[in-house]
Amino acid sequence: MDVNEFLESDVRVVNIGLESFARELGERGVPTVHVVWAPRAANARIRDLLAKLGS
Amino acid sequence: MRERIEKANQQALERMFAAEPVLVDVRPAGEAMAGLEDRMVLHAGPPIAWERMCGPLRGAIAGAAVFEGWADDLEAAADLAASGAIAFHPNHHFDAVGPMTGITTRSMPVMVVENRTFGNRAYCTLNEGLGKVMRFGGNDTEVLDRLRWLADALGPALAKALAVAGGLPLKGIVARGLSMGDEMHQRNVACTSLFLREISPALARAAGDPKSLASVLEFIADNDQFFLNIAMALGKAITDPVRGIEGSTIVTAMSRNGTDFGIRVSGTGDDWFTAPVEMPNGLYFPGYTEEDANPDMGDSTIVETVGLGGFAMAAAPAVAGFVGAGSAADAANYTHTMYEITAGRNPDWTLPSLDFAGAPTGIDIRKVLETGIAPTINTGIAHREPGVGQVGAGIVKAPMACFVRALEAFAAAMGVT
Repeated sequence: MDVNEFLESDVRVVNIGLESFARELGERGVPTVHVVWAPRAANARIRDLLAKLGS
Repeated sequence: MRERIEKANQQALERMFAAEPVLVDVRPAGEAMAGLEDRMVLHAGPPIAWERMCGPLRGAIAGAAVFEGWADDLEAAADLAASGAIAFHPNHHFDAVGPMTGITTRSMPVMVVENRTFGNRAYCTLNEGLGKVMRFGGNDTEVLDRLRWLADALGPALAKALAVAGGLPLKGIVARGLSMGDEMHQRNVACTSLFLREISPALARAAGDPKSLASVLEFIADNDQFFLNIAMALGKAITDPVRGIEGSTIVTAMSRNGTDFGIRVSGTGDDWFTAPVEMPNGLYFPGYTEEDANPDMGDSTIVETVGLGGFAMAAAPAVAGFVGAGSAADAANYTHTMYEITAGRNPDWTLPSLDFAGAPTGIDIRKVLETGIAPTINTGIAHREPGVGQVGAGIVKAPMACFVRALEAFAAAMGVT
């Protein structure tokens, strides 16, 4: 399937990351599932403590 | 280290699940609660001085000072509070909790919930109803007259009924409430009905005259949120035995005073870890907007701490609409997300819409920071000015900074740097 064919077909979306993308697609009637995901603790100090505390 | 923490957290969970909370009495706070003295006001959230208090909290304190006879009017009461003549302490420091402003003073009746497994007792005032009430900063004659009726009529009637009934076990009521669409924070209609069904015969047997019995039954039946305060005392009775388990990263309290959000963690004892409260995101009653809203407030987050409220949103699709959280599927998603940050699932409190999975229980500060997912809280919204009352309901997140501070302190306590 080429890109044009793909975009003209019924799209179903699995969205990872920013929830607003999923919300906007949903408002336009696109079947969308949002996966809650965020990078591991962003703060280096906290990441270090979490590793030492067995997380 | 991991095994040590996991073992401590398992112990914390076992204590939560082993709890047997029973509503045993309703008594004036000054009689029931050790150390609650004259000219002392207990409030929601972590400790705070008068200067940093928000409008509704100040308004409620002024109302309470008039109610207790410490001042003749609200203006004099506010002056008295500002002068330092009234001592302020968190409810949590007295084994108690209170919704929104959370005001507790000596003459106010408190419900006494005993955790029969561990022998500890927890306290919460009676729910005043909706709209203009002291928990939302209300303080006029209507509010104070209602408080007097709670102290003179409802409190004693419930106390007599509970004595006749020999106490009322609460765990089963909550379990049934979850199967009837309550999450015990912003929706308590099922549990209030179940409570009324359980207590009515005893109220009738203990009642002096039909007229006063009717007014008591009417007051409870007219207030869908009556059970909220019972659920809060239950939450406090369940979490208190979890305090102070060395090596445990489980949260034992989340609480807000309208200025600061505070959490306590089992392994760090009774220390508070605070950060500025956030604004709830929600729906407003007709005539009000976000401009009118006060930031997040109340000890009611104790229900989320034991896996109810925003954590059990899957049980209560109707509440998702009330708090502006979206559809029934969204309600289920909130609960699914809370599984990511909790240590276990409650074997007794199950959620029908999730194939009877147990409510997500035991917030682990490590998981909160690891995933970046903050606890979800269902909450009422107070007007920012004192004396107005509730203006809406919504959802708010616990500030991540509380968990960062808690983890740093926990690590230090464990000798990890």
